[in-house]
Amino acid sequence: MISQLLEILVALILAPLLMGWINAWRAWLQNKSAPSLLQPYRTLHKLFHKESVVAETAMPLFRIAPYLVFGCMALACGIVPTLSTDLPMAPAADAIALVGVFALARVFSALAAMDIGTSFGTMGARREMMIGFLAEPALLMVLFTASLITRSTSLASIVHTLASQKFVIYPSLLFSGAAFLLVLLAENARVPVDNPTTHLELTMIHEALILEYSGRHLALIEWAVALKLFAYTCIGAALFFPWGLAQANAPEALLLALPVLVVKLAAAGVVLAMIETVNAKMRIFRVPEFLATAFLLAVIALLVHVLLGA
Amino acid sequence: MHLLLSQSINLFAAMLLIVVFAMISQRRILRVIHLFTVQGATLVASTIVVGYLTGQHHLYYSAAVTLIVKVILIPVLLHRVIDRLNVRWDVETLINIPTTMLIGIVLVVFAFNLALPIAKLSLSIARGTLGIALACFLLSFMMMISRAKAVPQVIGFLSMENSLFFAAAAATNGMPMIVELGIAFDVLAGILILGVFMFQIREQFDSLDIRHLEKLKED
Amino acid sequence: MILDWMLVTIAGWLLISLLGVACLRRTWLVSRLLFPAGGLLALVFAVLAVSALFSTPEVAELALGLPGLPFHLRLDALSAFFLAVIGGAGAGISIFAAGYFRHGEGTPPGLLCLEYHVFLASMCLVVLADDAYVFMVMWETMALSSFFLVTTNHRVPSIRQAGYLYLLIAHIGAIAILLCFGVLQANTGLYTFANMRAQELSSFWSSCAFLLAVLGFGAKAGILPLHVWLPEAHPAAPSPVSALMSGVMLKTAIYGLLRVAFDLLQLQLSWWGILMLCLGLVTALFGVVFSAVQADMKRLLAYSSIENIGLLFVAIGLALLFKAYGMIGLSTLALTAALFHVVAHAFFKSLLFLGTGSVLHATGERNLGKLGGLMRSMPWVAWLCLVGILASSGLPPLSGFVSEWLLLQSFLFTTGLPDPFFNMLVPVVAAAVALIAALAGYVMVKFFGVIFLGQSREKRLVEAHDASLLERIGLFWLAAVTVLIGIFPVYLIDAIDQVTQALVGYGLAVTVRANGWLVLAPISIERASYSPLIFLGIVGLGVVLAIVMVRLFYHGRIRRAAPWDCGFPAQTARMQDTAEGFGQPILQIFSPFFRVKREVPSPFDAHPQYRLESSDHFWYWFYLPIARVVERLAIIIAKLQQGRIALYLLYSFLTLIVLLVVIKR
Repeated sequence: MISQLLEILVALILAPLLMGWINAWRAWLQNKSAPSLLQPYRTLHKLFHKESVVAETAMPLFRIAPYLVFGCMALACGIVPTLSTDLPMAPAADAIALVGVFALARVFSALAAMDIGTSFGTMGARREMMIGFLAEPALLMVLFTASLITRSTSLASIVHTLASQKFVIYPSLLFSGAAFLLVLLAENARVPVDNPTTHLELTMIHEALILEYSGRHLALIEWAVALKLFAYTCIGAALFFPWGLAQANAPEALLLALPVLVVKLAAAGVVLAMIETVNAKMRIFRVPEFLATAFLLAVIALLVHVLLGA
Repeated sequence: MHLLLSQSINLFAAMLLIVVFAMISQRRILRVIHLFTVQGATLVASTIVVGYLTGQHHLYYSAAVTLIVKVILIPVLLHRVIDRLNVRWDVETLINIPTTMLIGIVLVVFAFNLALPIAKLSLSIARGTLGIALACFLLSFMMMISRAKAVPQVIGFLSMENSLFFAAAAATNGMPMIVELGIAFDVLAGILILGVFMFQIREQFDSLDIRHLEKLKED
Repeated sequence: MILDWMLVTIAGWLLISLLGVACLRRTWLVSRLLFPAGGLLALVFAVLAVSALFSTPEVAELALGLPGLPFHLRLDALSAFFLAVIGGAGAGISIFAAGYFRHGEGTPPGLLCLEYHVFLASMCLVVLADDAYVFMVMWETMALSSFFLVTTNHRVPSIRQAGYLYLLIAHIGAIAILLCFGVLQANTGLYTFANMRAQELSSFWSSCAFLLAVLGFGAKAGILPLHVWLPEAHPAAPSPVSALMSGVMLKTAIYGLLRVAFDLLQLQLSWWGILMLCLGLVTALFGVVFSAVQADMKRLLAYSSIENIGLLFVAIGLALLFKAYGMIGLSTLALTAALFHVVAHAFFKSLLFLGTGSVLHATGERNLGKLGGLMRSMPWVAWLCLVGILASSGLPPLSGFVSEWLLLQSFLFTTGLPDPFFNMLVPVVAAAVALIAALAGYVMVKFFGVIFLGQSREKRLVEAHDASLLERIGLFWLAAVTVLIGIFPVYLIDAIDQVTQALVGYGLAVTVRANGWLVLAPISIERASYSPLIFLGIVGLGVVLAIVMVRLFYHGRIRRAAPWDCGFPAQTARMQDTAEGFGQPILQIFSPFFRVKREVPSPFDAHPQYRLESSDHFWYWFYLPIARVVERLAIIIAKLQQGRIALYLLYSFLTLIVLLVVIKR
């Protein structure tokens, strides 16, 4: 139980920091002076303080959606093994349900964007759903490769098996790792697919989706976005670099796992910032191609697993 | 250590497959050349590992030849060719990448099925890799078919040769040294001739688009 | 015992239908008395069926029908399961229908009542049938009564055409089913199912029977390429009828297929499974891609039904494949997924169709381009439909997700099929299923968003009224079942266990029950588990905690203002994304699927008109050529027609001579 609570707490606290870390590194790599690492916390605090301006046309769905999205992301961070593989919440949702959680959050944020009925909002909803329906199966296939290797779909036991067995090279994981990277970029509105710092409405995807939110609702959504990136990074770390997690519920093991996690996240953040620096944003019609590549790579991973048995 | 190395052959095989898939979905000529270099490097690494594991020292020499010819010489030549032809940043319009990749998946399944009975006979350390080598071969062939410009076609041809080389090294523990040397020089000579051809095509049509060659047929 | 009570219930329906004829045009009497009574009977029927599920099979012989050909009826686990679905979904639909059929449009209400209840009764008797004779009679009654229901507004030519198409394909299917029974009885001349079960058919004849069954039941279910009637007939019918057809009637086809493939046929071949898998996959992908580009809300749902039927075929195909290889545990898993989806789809699709009915009544508009913002004026329908679309998109913690989850699980544990080629096919199929499920989410967001969210695209939509009380009760019942089976899947799997025990001799209930009612773990808790209640609890807790924390530490101030929209000044409802706009990415990505006709106006047009028509290749590649051949043949045969009586008599005479010669030999 301790490990579970600690995990969610760590996720809630570290997620904005990861965002700040990536932003700082991106600025450094692009020869700009970086914002403080703590900038996301300040932004959240500021947004929470502001009053929420809600459109006149908004229905209750619009106001519930940020809380629901936040709840979904908190659950996702709870079931991904970040610190320990001994999680009491793990039986509640396995890898397939994890994909379901992300889908649920996406559907609600798309519906909330359509609720206001503005041109940019509905366009954002459509684009987000378009990315979603291609990225979702790709993520599922990535997770499937891992579950075929470990004969389980429970995330905790996948990571437990991968981490505790003798070191084996799985070529299929190479493919699924490549696919996962593409999915991560697309799902978290990162550069080749979407630009998180854009101010040009016509190129927006995720920003257009949350255009009408302000104040505490926006804060919750921003936090949820950070949590999503955190969850994705942790899935990647857990599947492809599963070492260093606490196997038991002992406090000292958890204390040891925390620095390992921080190091993994820091490395992942640098890599992400680098990818975002060297790539240019794609045209929206290239995105299906990009994601189809991810999907097919994931399918090839499955095939390679079935064929090579590894 | 030994186990890890023999597993790493599977890893190299997977990397070759990924590189070929990346090649068929790449639009820029320069990137295709980079990918070809990576493919050559992977090949060198896998050859060394196979040589170490099976104790066949002539594989080291063939790895060295591969390194010189396919990782250094040919990429440098290709870079110079595209510089001289001024097609360094050319973007090629492809038919629908997902469709090409779907065909690619079908080819992979086909190749694996084809290689399955042969692989069962083979006693080599990396039996599963034969299917991958065959798949790489077919995919490179497809790349040659689906490209409209001459340079990527040549690269497709070279990558075909690479996959054959990999099949020989991984599945049958290498061909005799003299054969390998011969092939290496053949490829090199082929590249030179193709380079000359490319210049000729360019001079004739002001473009490297091989669809122009259709004009040459007699009506 | 239970069977007798069921027959009494069916008799009750028939009585109601006769009463309907007696008070032909008294709308109030029919809708406020007869339909609710029918709904209550359906509920009673569902309860009876559920209790039958857990008791031993019963048989009965009715002295109806032709002399020497009594009706054989049998109530076993499989039929009880499907009867429970018919009763359960039928109850909600009947209650809704009580509020729905108001003014006499087309067929008078009394006649509708007759057709509707005969339709219900015939579906139940199809499932109860224990010989081919009853089965076929009831199958045809079902087709005919639903045909009359589809053509309720028979004054509209397009509706008449849709009904005709439906009848045509239903008959092609019926012929195939009849032939299938002919093969199954193996020249014994005895058409009872008991006799068919006892026959040892060779693999050739088994395959023939199976293929005929796939053709026949596939025509009813809307499998490619026999799907064309679905998107025509469903929008044409009144909404409760579309709900009954899509949610319930399609399931009788699934029932028939399961009955033939798992019960009547004694051996299963692996290629049957692959065939069904591929058919189902193509159908599902086709259905979901087409539903994404529809602009008519009922057509959209009809295509979505095609998708769901495709998924059911995939699951059944997988079950067949495993059964053929003797992998009983996995076969059970796939079959459980299929049966779970049967229930889930019956309820959520009925719910959505009924929701469109309410919208149609409130606005008189089926075109998505003229709706919008209805959540304000029809909150009940909107929120209940939200349940339906979440379930239909396969999102946790509702019912659609459980069946998707079970199906994907059965794919995951497949490695180890003896045939390497099939082994490789399985991951590819799993990927396609995942893609289809994700696309379904896209479609449902479009459906709900364009109808209920945003601003009203037409002025008069503001005056739309919410559904009446009876309608609400019907919708609520369907939504409640959707939620409940989504949150407590273990109980439904307990029930499904009885069916799989009967069909493949194994059930998941033992392993599932070992982990308690809270967690669904079909194999073992280490390998795969899912607990909707905990899932819902955690998300709910997250939401509540977030609200409380925000209020506690900060504030709950809110201010209403005009929508921001990047400060864009002129905002009208017409600038929202339309249904076509939502379909556009799909149209582009899956362009080979469609045959697109596009009219783009020129920039100088004073009254620009943009038209886009996307139609189905099958119509052009499959149906029109057949129609052309038939027409050509008809011209040739028409030469016989001369108009002179003497000539016609000569034809008869010649026929007689020929027949006499044949008999002589």
